Amino acid sequence: MSFSGESKGFINYVYERYSNLRVKDISVVFEGQITHQVMKALTGLVEEQLDDVEDDRVMRRVFHVMVESLQNINRHAESYEYRGHPYPGVGLVLVAKNKERFQVTTGNIIETGHAEEISLFLGKLNNMDSDSLDDLYKQQMREGIMSPKGGAGLGFIDIRRKTGNPLDFSFVKIDEETTFFIFTSTIAR
Amino acid sequence: MEALRIQQTDDSPEVILDQEGNCFEISGKSLPEDVFQFYQPVLDWLNEYRKKPKPFTRLDIKLSYFNTASSKLILDILMILEEMKEEGKGVLVKWFSLASDEDMQEAGREYQDMVDVPFEHATYDKL
Repeated sequence: MSFSGESKGFINYVYERYSNLRVKDISVVFEGQITHQVMKALTGLVEEQLDDVEDDRVMRRVFHVMVESLQNINRHAESYEYRGHPYPGVGLVLVAKNKERFQVTTGNIIETGHAEEISLFLGKLNNMDSDSLDDLYKQQMREGIMSPKGGAGLGFIDIRRKTGNPLDFSFVKIDEETTFFIFTSTIAR
Repeated sequence: MEALRIQQTDDSPEVILDQEGNCFEISGKSLPEDVFQFYQPVLDWLNEYRKKPKPFTRLDIKLSYFNTASSKLILDILMILEEMKEEGKGVLVKWFSLASDEDMQEAGREYQDMVDVPFEHATYDKL
């Protein structure tokens, strides 16, 4: 299943981030339904590529950021209807690196109504220092209400605190109901 | 009490909760598709055990990876041990990390801060 027509647009948005951020080698690029099995296959693939050539700590962080980003899509990507065809939980992922860093970019459809909430939350995380991020993580672990599939925002908080880098995000409004959400994490090498 | 044994898979840890064998251990990777489904039997077992535990219980946690969804459930497990301690039982968590895995070591210290349970930290080298 693919987004004919629209898909070109979506992947271009993701590539745009990639070229803006001047990262060079692509490790993985994938578009499709992000199931649990797909998440495991993609993280396994990157793990295999990095094993023995990359510092263990960097490899573990790239793996973790991929797991969290892809599980977010798996849990939260909205189904999307285009010209009467439903596209369930589809997402994009691009993992790329240059000399200094790895970048993990994901893109998925969300409800337009959720964009502001996500934007405020990620903006808040970007403005927090490391101690406050640790405190927030612990607080969310204790009190956070998890959806039946997990979550509670822990993934975003943990990516932010483990990578130490600001989260990069943007939204492309498709229509009143649907928005494409692009999210990039940076891991120093 | 009947032992709980869960085999390790590529996304879920091995769990051994065995009162008679005096072995309480969680080891491997934890990123199951549904953390609640995976951990519910573990929490149920521990809540049952808590009613009539041994005078001293040591839980070994030797995870090479866990995702954030699992982190919440690990806290739930530790909170059961905390309750056991409050009820006058001896408990200890032995937290194992790969020597090179600072994030895992830090995670152990973070849990130690969050619950009133004695921790012992240990490192191991790659097999």
